[in-house]
Formats: sequence, C-alpha cells, structure tokens
Amino acid sequence: MMRRAPQGTQAIQRALSLYRSFSAQQPEHRLTDLAAEHGLHPSTAHRLLGALEAGGLVGRNRDTQGYVWLPEGGVSGGERPARRNGMRLLAPLVTPFHRRTEALCESGAWRDWSGYACALSHDPLPDHEYWAVRNTAALFDVSPLFKVEIVGPDSERLLDRVMTRDFTKCRVGRVIYTSWCNEDGHLLQDGNVQRLEPERFLVSAAEPCLRWFGDCAVGMDALVRDVSADLGVLALQGPRARAIAEAAIRGVDFAGMRYFDLAGGELGDQAGAGRGAPVTVTRTGYTGDLGYEFWVASEDAEALWDSLTVAGAGHGLRPAGLLALDMVRVEAGLVLIDVDYVSAAHAELEALKVTPAEAGLGFTVKLDKEADFVGRRALELERERGPAWAMVGLEVDWFELERLWSGIDLRPQVVGEPASREPTPVFVPGGSQVGQCTTRFFSPLLKKYIALATVQADVAVLGTALEFEVAVGYGRRRARARVAKRPFFLPDRKMADGSAAGAAG
Amino acid sequence: MTEGVTEAAGTPGGAPERRGGHFDAIVVGAGHNGLVSAAYLARAGLDVVVLERAPVIGGATLSEEAFPGFRYSVFSYLVSLLRPEVIHELDLVKHGLFLVPTASTLNPLPNGDCLFRESDPWRTYHHIARHSRRDAEALSEYKLEMRRMGHLMFKLQRAAPDELAAAVAGHVDENPGQISSELSAEVADISRYFLDLPKQRRRSFLQMLTMSSADFLDQWFECDALKAALSSSSIIGSFLSPRTPGSAYVLLHHYMGEVDGVYREWGFQKGGTGGVAAAIASAARGYGAEIRTDCPVARVLARGGRARGVALANGDELTADVVVSSAAPQVSLGRLLDADDVPGGAGKGLRDRVARWQSAGCAGKVNLALDGLPRFECMPEPGPHLAGGITIAPSLDYVERAFDDAKYGGFSERPFIDMIIPSVLDPDMAPPGKCVLSCFVQYAPYELAGTTWDEQRDAFGDAVVRTLAEYAPGIEDQVLHRQVLAPPDIESIAGISGGNIFHGELRLSQLFLLRPDPAAAAFRTPLPGYYLCGSSTQFGGGISGGPGRLAALRILDDLLRRGAEAR
Repeated sequence: MMRRAPQGTQAIQRALSLYRSFSAQQPEHRLTDLAAEHGLHPSTAHRLLGALEAGGLVGRNRDTQGYVWLPEGGVSGGERPARRNGMRLLAPLVTPFHRRTEALCESGAWRDWSGYACALSHDPLPDHEYWAVRNTAALFDVSPLFKVEIVGPDSERLLDRVMTRDFTKCRVGRVIYTSWCNEDGHLLQDGNVQRLEPERFLVSAAEPCLRWFGDCAVGMDALVRDVSADLGVLALQGPRARAIAEAAIRGVDFAGMRYFDLAGGELGDQAGAGRGAPVTVTRTGYTGDLGYEFWVASEDAEALWDSLTVAGAGHGLRPAGLLALDMVRVEAGLVLIDVDYVSAAHAELEALKVTPAEAGLGFTVKLDKEADFVGRRALELERERGPAWAMVGLEVDWFELERLWSGIDLRPQVVGEPASREPTPVFVPGGSQVGQCTTRFFSPLLKKYIALATVQADVAVLGTALEFEVAVGYGRRRARARVAKRPFFLPDRKMADGSAAGAAG
Repeated sequence: MTEGVTEAAGTPGGAPERRGGHFDAIVVGAGHNGLVSAAYLARAGLDVVVLERAPVIGGATLSEEAFPGFRYSVFSYLVSLLRPEVIHELDLVKHGLFLVPTASTLNPLPNGDCLFRESDPWRTYHHIARHSRRDAEALSEYKLEMRRMGHLMFKLQRAAPDELAAAVAGHVDENPGQISSELSAEVADISRYFLDLPKQRRRSFLQMLTMSSADFLDQWFECDALKAALSSSSIIGSFLSPRTPGSAYVLLHHYMGEVDGVYREWGFQKGGTGGVAAAIASAARGYGAEIRTDCPVARVLARGGRARGVALANGDELTADVVVSSAAPQVSLGRLLDADDVPGGAGKGLRDRVARWQSAGCAGKVNLALDGLPRFECMPEPGPHLAGGITIAPSLDYVERAFDDAKYGGFSERPFIDMIIPSVLDPDMAPPGKCVLSCFVQYAPYELAGTTWDEQRDAFGDAVVRTLAEYAPGIEDQVLHRQVLAPPDIESIAGISGGNIFHGELRLSQLFLLRPDPAAAAFRTPLPGYYLCGSSTQFGGGISGGPGRLAALRILDDLLRRGAEAR
C-alpha cells in the first residue's frame, strides 16, 4: 500500500503520476483510460489534467479530444494552451455530441452541466424547442449524467441494499426509477437503474455516486465502475419519437417496448443501411412524454446523432436544450435534485434534508421488500409518524394572473420566460409561510402558471388554497394558487402501448 | 385529441335527439361563435340546442383531408384573437385546444432579397437594418405603440356595447334605466382611462379609426417593403387597399389578438383550425348542449311580439325562450326574420338597412398539397422561416394594383398572398417529406364582372401558383393537388353570406353601435328573445369567440331580469 502523502500534497502526487503516464512511446491518452489506470474519478482526473494543461505540460488533441504529452519543444498533434490569467484553469468538458450541437447552436448560449458545456437552446429563444417536445419530437444531449456500472454476482444484492426499491423484482431488460438515502433516511439522489444482464446494471444519476455505492459494496462481490465518459446519451422525446426511432435503429421492437423497458439494437434503418454500431434503448425520459433514451459508446455518438436527425427530418424533430427540458419537466411534475430538493450529501443544514416522501418520491420507497436497505429503519419510523413535508404542484389560474398584472395596467407578462429556479416563499392565504416554491413556470401548453413547492404536510391537500410570491413589474405580489395534481400534464402516449396510441396526439 | 371536425360532428350530443320539442335556447349555426354561445348558455344550466345547416360543424373553422394524407385548414388558418376568457372559462385546453406558435414572418421581394422578422427582436432589428437602420429602430417603438393600442382596444372590447356606445358617442339608449350601475362604473373606468392617455396616443387611436394604413405607416417608416409588409394586416379579409381610408382600423383590429397575454402573437391549431371548433363543441357538449348538423333553419318563429322558436327547413318546429343566431346579418335579420314579426313596424326599415350591409367577400383561399417544401429564392434551404407566415406583398404599389383589378370586378392577376405551411408547424398535416401550403389570397371579389367563379376558378388558382413561382421557382411542378375557394365557395361551405370572413367589413360605418345595425347593436335584435352572436356583432371577425361569449352573457342577464320581473 502506498504511503499516505502529507496533507495537501495528494493532488500534486496524483498529477505527477498522471504526467508520468505520458511518454514518447505513448504520447496520447484518453481521459477515461487515465482515470481508470490511476483509480481516479474522471472528473478528478480531468481537473488534474487541466492543471497540467494550464502549466503547459500536456495539451489537447482537437480531433480525438485526447490529452497529449508536451515535452520541451512540443509534440505534433497537440496544442500548447495560451497562458491563462488564472481565473479559469479549466475549459468546460464537451460531450461526444458536441461537434453536432455546436454546429446547430445558433444562440451561442451554453450552460455548465456537471462541468460539461450544454446548449441552453439552439434557437435564440427556447419556445420552439419546448413545443417540439409536445408537438413533434425533440433531441436532447443528456450525456453529462453520471453513469455507474455495477457488475458481479452480488450486483443485485448491492443495489437492493443501497436503493429504496426492490431490485429482486427487476428483470433483465427493465429500468427502475429509484431513490437512495443515507442511514437517516435522508434522500441522497434519485435516478434510473438499467438491468442490462443478470449481473450487470447501469445507474444513471445527476450527481456523482461512485464513492457511495463503492462504500456500500464493502464485502460484496460486485465491481462498481464509473463509465460516465465512455457513453454518449441522447433523449428523443415527443409524440413522433417512436416513428423516428423506428427509422433510425434496427433490431428493436419499438411498438412492443413498454414504459421503462430496455432493449439492444444497432444503428441503421430496417433495410440494413447504416453503420450498425450497438445501441441500448430505454423507454425513459425527463419530459413526461412519449420518448426513448439511447446509450452508445462515445465513439459512436456522432453516428447515433446523425441517424436520428436524418430519420427525424420529416417529423419536425428539433435539437433541444436545457431551457426546454426544464420547462417540460415541470409540466411532467418531475423534481430536480438541488433545485426542488437538497441532497443530504451536501445539505449545509440538517433542516434542509428531506426523505424521499418529502421530496415527492415516496412511491420509490418499498418498505415491504426483504432487504435491509440503507435508511430503512428511519423510513419505517417516518411511515408511522408521517412525513413533515410534502412536494406539491401549485397552479395559478389565468384570471389570477390578469388580476395581478392589471394592477400595473398590463396583460400578464408570463409567457416566454424560462422556468424560474429562484425559491420563493409559500404562504397560507393572508398568513404565515408554510413552505417554498422551488420551480415555477407559465405553461403555454396548459395555459396555466404551474409550480413545484415543498410545503408542510398538513396543507398538502389537493385543492387547498395557498399563496406564493411572484414578481409583477418591480413589485412583489402574492398569487393565489391551488394545490394541484402532479403531473400537470400526462398524455396517454407517455406510457401507452406502441400499437395503440402511437402517433395520435 | 385533435379530431377533425368531420369525424366529430356526426356524433350526437349529450342529450338524446328530439324531433321538435322545447328548449331554453336555440343557437343557429355551429361556427365558433355559435358554439361558444351555446357552451356559455349550457354552462349556466340552460337546455341548449345548436342547429347547423351543414353536415359538419365549424363554419369557417374547418379542417378536412381533401387529398389523401394531406389535411387542409380549409378557410381560417391561424388563431390569435381567441379570447383568453373563452379559453379559460370553457377549459378549452382540456377539450383539445393546442396552439403551436408561428415563428416569424417572411416577405420575399422580387429582387431575390427579403424582409424577415423573427420572434427574437434583435435578430429582427438586424434583418430590417439591412434595408433601413432608421426603420429597424422605429419598428420596436411601433410595436410597443401598437401593443398599447391593442391594450386599449382590449379594454374597450370588454365592455358591453350599448353601454360603451352610450359612453363613447353620447348615444341615449331607449331604456337608459337598463344600464346597470356595475357596468356604468366600468364605462366610467374606460372613459377615465381614455382621457388619461397621453395626448399623442389618443390622437393615434383616432387616426387608426379613420386613416388609411399606408398614411398611418408613412408616419413611422421609410422603407416601402416594410410598409407593405406591415400593411398586410390592414387589408386581410377586407375590400380595402392600404391606401383606402379606414384600413388602419383593420390593422388595429389584428393587434387586439393575443396569445397568453402577448399581443400580436399567432398560433396554429394542431390538426388544423377545425380543432378549435371541435374543442369548443366538446366543451359545449360537456355542459349538456346538443348539436345537430344537417339541420337548416328556415325562419325564426314569433308570437306576441317575442321570439318563440324556429321552423326548420324540413317543416319541424322547435320552440325556445331564446333564439340566438350566429349567421351574418343578411340571414339573421333578413331571411330568417319576418319583417312583420318585428314589433312597432320597425321590421321593414331594418330589412332595408341590412340589405345594404357591406359584406361582399374579397378573399379566396388556395390550399396546395406539395411534393416537398417550397424553395423561396431568397432563402431556398429549409429553415425556421418556413415555420412562420410568408407574405407576398413586396410593395405598397403591388398591393394597390392587386386591389385595382378587384375594384373593377376582376380577381388580382398578381395577388397579395398570405401563406403558412401547416405541415411544418404540425407534421400530422402531411406525410413526411411532403407538405401542405395554405394561401390566403386577395383580391377575389364575390361577383366577377362579365363572368362567373365557376368559369374563373382555375384561372384564379393558376394566377396564384404563377405568382408563387416568381418567388419560389419550380413550385408549379411540386403541386400534387390544389383546392381553390372563392367567396361563393366560402358562402356555400361555411354559410357566410357574401363570403366575407368578418361577416361584414370592419369599417367605422359598421363598427361599435352600428354593427350590424343601430337597432341591433347590443346582441339584442328588435324582436325580444331573438339575439345575435356572430362576427357581425360588436367587435367583429376573427376566431375570437368574443361575440359568442358577450351575447351569451347578455342573454343570461336578460333572462335573470325577466325572471326577477316575473317574481
């Protein structure tokens, strides 16, 4: 075992060992390979390599995105980065679809998502991308998701121990949406788990989870491995998704795939044209609409993008960005980590931590399962006591908006705004605060102002009148809202069998 | 969800159909306004039947698959004026209302250039600045001013017309006592609001009621192509040119339109405009209204100085406490109404005035099924410009000349064309790779000098395709099918007399308390119990539902009053 480095020098040691991997014989490395070789999380490796890059010791190969060695005098293929001013040592990572999305991103607006550059919208305004999800189909690059593979004889046992759902009931070819908690029953994350083989699972989540799963795997025969950078992921969502998928991927019975099914296929149409790279398809998404997600090796990412966009041309397919995704997921009533709830992994205050039930994910907690999963005892106690908080949908009707804006003699100025993530207080009518509204947005589809809010459990009853703050001009006003059913929008096609409700809207 | 009206219409309503019988209210015509009225009346608990002459509902809001695989929005093609009150009070989203916003407006110019306006204001600024930096700057101010005008119109539109008339024109109602104190307060509010406006805006408003749009736009802009582009909304559906006094009002009329509080936005109903009528019909049925198609009404029955029901063309009679007609005035106050039934001998005068109502149609519709997307010379590749409006109106002179043809009884040889490509907005409208092109065409006068539409229909269609080919070369070879509709077709299919899309010109002489007649200005007619709810009332045309709603509220108010008196 390596001698433990003195405090504070660990990063230097790691960076040095990374640098030693480069040689004249092997001047170029992929990030994922380096990370695996050195037992580092890819984001750690990336950070360290960024420092080496800034120091002029390594460079990037523009074509392969690999890191190249820069001995004195330099090596062809790499570029010595310009001296930075020290403000930002690290350029954002790019996903394997970046060359495609960048070419289409007319807005030039990018947002950082877990260190990756992602288009906010491709058009100057997100409206048409939003409508594409409900009207035709939209293509989202969701590659920045963290992906962890769990392999081995104990993989099912490990997941059953970590997750709140029952993994003994997860068949191969299915995906399960689940929560996972700490010992106190406080929610760490939510995410999807694919069962690819009897002893191979893939977890996808918004935040890193390798260490947590690794810690929980002590004593089990299961290998936990981060494969985030190895896979490119696209979400194809909207009423036309099936027609497009059928034309772009062969070997998958899209009409026969049920909601949360998983299947393997290959790129190319049914006639046999196309490259034939393998692709995993899941009938999942974050939009509340009919949709599929496609998982491919990074090197096949562009081929996947091209297959789908060619197939989508006659169907009104649009590339869509994070703003549109944030709008449709509110309509679908889907919560977002660190927006609608705070992960117990980084809650600054004990009071910010929530249980799955308090985050609206109570349905993912299976107390009737056999395994003693992390957080079980606390959640059993909560079941007896009842949760203190509840995640609710709030709905403000049009006439209330008219009333609010008539005060400044304008029509309601609500359309065209992206979903707001600025938390605002929720009150009982005319009274005290009972919670907070975490995401809100005027849905042009439903023509209602809708919001996700965490409120005291006693007021979380359908139809209850509440108030929350909205900005009207420069003023702050209280909008009368009503506790409404989540999801706000649930089209039949989202979960319907392929043969029946397919193309009809 | 967005069932075509054709399919939906055949299904019987909520109540079992009765041959003859008595209803609380009979609505004549299942266009969008008739359906809105029926929905509000049924929502208030009345037993309502809608009687539609045609085999399908929708009137001018009609979609059909006229060519296999291709769906046409036969007449109306975009929605903007639909009142939010109507949408929300009738819960139309739940019933299938699904408006996809249009993206932009493209005006191809003859030199291969174009004028392009997008939803992003800065991109629009730079597009226009290529033609005139001054105009690019003026455009944003103009839009703001027009939004304010639209807002003023919106406020006026909310008031009931007779009270409004009393306030605006000092008109003394025959029953001044009927102005309820609540409404008077509203009128006082509007009057105060109007008087508080900056002087310049009050002047603009009066200019808009009277001026020509060309003169009005001259005050703002220097670029002729931009003026022509903006003048489009001032002539749509009207037998006016941009240089005809009064056309500025039509411009203003279109600025009243809003989508979710944003003035001047347009939306395309998924599945075609018929889906709007289908949604309203579904709401009406949900409230218990019955809708009968293939059921033409012959006349309104009156007894004891009050409307008592209707006689159908097949001889059946239906009785009701209230009859409300959504038809144009020539039908509602002409053919359906026996002048002798009108109390006080006022019937004859009314009939004569209605005969002079200006409502000759001047617009045609050409719907094309194309083998692929049109390639406009100015922007040949597919792109977002195809998801918006595309208008052939390259100069004011061009539009004026198109009008000149019609002035003397011909259709425009090189017409004004306002297009959308529905299949780009909604791929359900055409098979993948193909497209439908909806062309609203002016001018096409109802009566042609020395010939008939049956003889000229094809020549008119040819003129449209020929004109399109000047801007999108090769389009003539892409046409798989075409549907050419002239005003007489609008009359026979949608049932609008004269084929005028607004049920009568939107000129000051036919607006406010003069719409459709001083004796029938507040949705009431001189025959008690008989009401109007169509586009020929108050603020007129467009898929607004406003007249249908206000008429229903008027009727309910009157019924309450009668009930109170009876007690």
